[in-house]
Amino acid sequence: MRLLRADRGRTRPAPAPVALKLLVAGGFGVGKTTLVGAVSEIRPLHTEELLTEAGRPVDDTAGVEGKRTTTVAMDFGRITLRDDLVLYLFGTPGQDRFWFLWDELARGALGAVVLADTRRLQDCFAAVDYFERRSIPFTLAVNCFDGADRYPEDDVRAALDLDPGVPVILCDAREKESVKGVLVSVVEQRFAELAHRAG
Amino acid sequence: MTAGLPGDGPGDGDVRWYDDAAGPVVRPYAMTRGRTRIADGAGLDLIAVVVAEDPAGRPAAALADQTLSPEHLDIVDLTEGLPRSVAELAAGLDLPVGVVRVLVGDLVHAGLVRVTRPVPPAELPDESILRVVIDGLRAL
Repeated sequence: MRLLRADRGRTRPAPAPVALKLLVAGGFGVGKTTLVGAVSEIRPLHTEELLTEAGRPVDDTAGVEGKRTTTVAMDFGRITLRDDLVLYLFGTPGQDRFWFLWDELARGALGAVVLADTRRLQDCFAAVDYFERRSIPFTLAVNCFDGADRYPEDDVRAALDLDPGVPVILCDAREKESVKGVLVSVVEQRFAELAHRAG
Repeated sequence: MTAGLPGDGPGDGDVRWYDDAAGPVVRPYAMTRGRTRIADGAGLDLIAVVVAEDPAGRPAAALADQTLSPEHLDIVDLTEGLPRSVAELAAGLDLPVGVVRVLVGDLVHAGLVRVTRPVPPAELPDESILRVVIDGLRAL
């Protein structure tokens, strides 16, 4: 609450801005919230979605039949690009079994960043697969952790069997400049797609 | 709203079986009187932007409505003159997104807030907006 009130005080009336969103996906602990925090104008906010719907096939609750609700956490940040244009960055829930929540997150998204750690490359397979199937533009960003071996981009591309069109960028999720480059590459894909469609 | 851990404080005789991990003692959907869907059935996106109606334009009866909870009024208060996304309201009020959706739905119905839905996916923003996004990101 305090946080919301803190940036009050601008003169009204404020026209409702156009809101856009980008997703940041990847395995647990790969640095999604760090990446969001590197470019967000606010400290990443934490929100929770209570899932109450029964019978979701992917939510395997065998053994905990009494459990009806599950809490899924998301962290997100905000970048105000212009008075009337705001970009939100949502870190997707790390747990594979909450894919169905991604559907809502992904609806209307400009694109996605799939953040990968070369020591646990398999953790981002699910995210790559998800965005490929839905034709959502994404950039594969390899978070270069201190002490992890560096691999050439082509090796990462081959290991993940990525389409040639998918950008692979080595980045540091803590560094604003590095993250900016990753985000720009996502939006540029959408831009190119539109330009192509327009002929 | 949450209790301390068992054994908090010396001589704490009554043993509490719940702690912070049990979550809030008031079940979140109690605030929505059990409803998990908003009245008009349309889902509110996380980035749908909520803004309070101008005070002059508010139905006089609406604010006196006794069925409005403090959380409803918090949302009106927070969005007065300052548009907020559903996700930001949820984070700021420390409520699950699903609960905020229902509360916002009530407020729309009562004429106290307006919601601007994001650009539908079928019509993604045009090139000029994407250009602003790209330039804006580079200039950060």
